[in-house]
Amino acid sequence: MLGKLTWSAIPFDQPIPLVAGGVVIVALLAVLIWVVVKGHLPYLWREWITSVDHKRIGVMYVLLASVMFLRGGSDAILMRIQQAIAYQSQGYLPPEHYNQIFSAHGTIMIFFVAMPFVIGLMNLVVPLQLGVRDVAFPTLNSVGFWLTATGALLVNLSLVIGEFARTGWLAFPPLSGLVYSPGVGVDYYAWSLQISGVGTLVAGINLVTTVLKLRTRGMNYLRMPMFCWTTLASSLLMVAAFPILTATLAMLLLDRYLGFHFFTNEAGGNVMIFMNLIWAWGHPEVYILVLPAFGIFSEVVSTFSGKPLFGYRSMVLATMAICVISFMVWLHHFFTMGAGPDVNAIFGIASMIIAIPTGVKIYNWLFTMYGGRIRFTTPMLWSVGFMVTFIIGGLTGVLVAVPPADFILHNSMFLVAHFHNVIIGGVLFGAFAGFTYWFPKAFGFRLDERWGKAAFWCTFIGFYVTFIPLYAAGMLGMTRRMQHYDVAVWRPWMIVAVIGMAILTMAVVCQVVQLVVSIRNRESLRDRTGDPWDGRSLEWATSSPPPVFNFAISPDVRGEDAYWEMKAKARQQQFAHAQPEYQDIEMPRNSPTGFVCAFFASIMGFALIWHIWWMVILGLIGAWATFVVFAWRDHDEYVIPAADVARIDRANIEERRNLVSLAGSV
Amino acid sequence: MAIAATAGHGHGHGDPHHIGLVIEHPGPAPKRVVTGFGFWIFLLSDIVMFSCFFAAYAVLLGQTADGPKGAELFDQRNVAIETVCLLLSSFTCGMASIAADVRNRLWFYLAMAATGVLGLIFLALEFREFAALVARGAGPTRSAFLTAFFTLVGCHGLHVTAGILWLLTMMAQVFAKGFRADIMRRLLCFALFWHALDIIWVAVFSVVYLLGSTP
Ligand code: HEM
Ligand SMILES: [Cu+2]
Repeated sequence: MLGKLTWSAIPFDQPIPLVAGGVVIVALLAVLIWVVVKGHLPYLWREWITSVDHKRIGVMYVLLASVMFLRGGSDAILMRIQQAIAYQSQGYLPPEHYNQIFSAHGTIMIFFVAMPFVIGLMNLVVPLQLGVRDVAFPTLNSVGFWLTATGALLVNLSLVIGEFARTGWLAFPPLSGLVYSPGVGVDYYAWSLQISGVGTLVAGINLVTTVLKLRTRGMNYLRMPMFCWTTLASSLLMVAAFPILTATLAMLLLDRYLGFHFFTNEAGGNVMIFMNLIWAWGHPEVYILVLPAFGIFSEVVSTFSGKPLFGYRSMVLATMAICVISFMVWLHHFFTMGAGPDVNAIFGIASMIIAIPTGVKIYNWLFTMYGGRIRFTTPMLWSVGFMVTFIIGGLTGVLVAVPPADFILHNSMFLVAHFHNVIIGGVLFGAFAGFTYWFPKAFGFRLDERWGKAAFWCTFIGFYVTFIPLYAAGMLGMTRRMQHYDVAVWRPWMIVAVIGMAILTMAVVCQVVQLVVSIRNRESLRDRTGDPWDGRSLEWATSSPPPVFNFAISPDVRGEDAYWEMKAKARQQQFAHAQPEYQDIEMPRNSPTGFVCAFFASIMGFALIWHIWWMVILGLIGAWATFVVFAWRDHDEYVIPAADVARIDRANIEERRNLVSLAGSV
Repeated sequence: MAIAATAGHGHGHGDPHHIGLVIEHPGPAPKRVVTGFGFWIFLLSDIVMFSCFFAAYAVLLGQTADGPKGAELFDQRNVAIETVCLLLSSFTCGMASIAADVRNRLWFYLAMAATGVLGLIFLALEFREFAALVARGAGPTRSAFLTAFFTLVGCHGLHVTAGILWLLTMMAQVFAKGFRADIMRRLLCFALFWHALDIIWVAVFSVVYLLGSTP
């Protein structure tokens, strides 16, 4: 009846996951009860859960990422403490538990923190920057978000029901095969990634179509803000790479569920197929994450230097070059697995070539700052911090891309330091820069600068204190994923790293305080004009937060830095131009499709993990029925009358006029 | 498309790199184009997924674990009939699109029904082939080669099944609501999907059945 699910699935004998899970469940219940008692549920349902507005969905993506960041961060703290004390002892985490923690940490940080964070920012900002009213497929956008949330839910469920994979974040066979991993851990891993992978694919298709087909009048390709270009590159990679992940995990699941022989040691299976396929997805994946961050830094650096981006066209070229080359280097992840010197040399050189467009970008940012009037706001600090940190990460990347060096450094703590260096220094710094930069756009008030800067400095210093020791330990021969060790020289580095972890924890506390303080002081931080930073691209041309329809009149773009142009012109003409002609606007209606679909997907995922076949069929029918019902509806749009549009827009124009004339009179 | 020649001055001067002639982007594409384009991208991603299964098949082709080889298993006649069914169904699917374009319900239903029936025949033949293989001990668990074979061909078969379900929904939608603009867009996507399955089948036919049965 319930497949493999029995009471023994609940880890009563393991206090840590049980207590952690218990706390999370209690907290969730408390929030839920609070929401229901306060009567917020209808509001949440109407305005958020069923919303197909790209801004709302973007915010929910970022919220999901932030919550999961706390979970992934807790895992990191547990691991650092373990390695600090597990010298010639077992530490406090038994091996099978330690293995689950590092697997969950990697999976969560990549798939449920970094991915939703950048997808959320792209969702929020790109339609605004392109001057359009929504993404190409608003309802699918909501489906994509909720499927990602389903994946996150399943991963967290594994904490209290059953177990998570012990295989690392990429579940290499044969370890992840049925013979060596008979439990449900790998199934939790694979199904949650399959489900959230569909969500990512949908997001990718949506963004590609939006950028290529929906741009407003006059928004030629070479006038798009840099963030739109990097979004395009990143979502092209999503569309091209995520199906590989889906296929690979499907093969692994077929091996596990139906006794197939893709990756088994018997009957001719071949694990190197898995290695090749997973990294043919995996390397593009790191650029899916970091390219949008590059875009964010481009926007931030140019805004706060008060200059157009230096070398815009070379930046576009570099972005697209990275997009293509990132598909040609996957083998550098397994130089040591017998490809032979010629192949290794080719892939080593290809990997090093990626450093060239990346270097072009760094110089472009530096030259944008050069001679500019720089304002060191929080987003700008993240950007400068990124440049310094990412160069180090890139250099160590080039180092491990040299096959002979990699034979020594592969799977050592040096590698761990490398990818944290690029992912924290690149993606996370970028996400935080984008978060502080666009927060006023999303919510209508700025974030507190003092706490923001404190968060930056703690992260920046904490990062170095945590990860530079890992480089050292790696060069002293320490391999990754060790539950305990007996080598005395590694110990001091592990202790320094745990101190760094404490500083990073303080950084997270600063972020939370920043949010609380800012919400409390929101009146004094209010952004009335919609343009708090003296921005250059179209998202600043509308109010903060923007109305549902984003722009009362679709903007007509006449050059790069579209909004900068408009402001200059408006100042020149003293707003002499006539009142615009407002028209009715059609907007997509809200729809519970995404949420309902994700509900059935959750049931189906859970049932698949536990082999509860009748429930699988139930979930499948439910999801299909949802789509049919969705397809059946007659009105998928509603109309906002011109009079309302005019009222909303005039208020904003008034505010802006005051600001510009104030600035003009100084 | 609006082509504005901005020779040096005029409104082109906001663009620091511009070189005389600027072709102004005309604005958002019509809905039909947007939907079709998005669906094309989905199809491309689907083809990427198939290519992984093709790659696995190519690698595992020789890994028969002392079991039967492709040459001993594949029945070319059966595959030929399957191919004819699918190709014909593509033709009838095209007829359905034309019928929808000229708003002819009768021909639309007829052509869609024919497409569905041909698809079902294809599925039945494939099912029979699979059942026969399993019955003679050449199921997917027999060897890595058969694993790859069943996965690749089965994945295509699953797509056809989904396509038939979609086809029925489309017929029902046209029946209930007529050729509305949104339904026409969905029909466009459905037709793209069905033709894409055909293209993939051509690759399956060549790689799996032709190359796979060389001894
Ligand atoms: C100049 C650019 C880069 C080069 C040449 C490079 C090179 C490499 C190489 C050769 C490896 C494999 C080393 C080994 O396993 O022994 C590696 C691992 C890794 N890199 Fe990079 N990298 C670069 C940039 C990046 C960026 C930008 C990211 C992420 C945003 C990234 C994320 C990773 C990750 C996650 C791994 C480890 C995966 C694992 O084994 O679990 N790298 N890199
Ligand atoms: Cu790589």
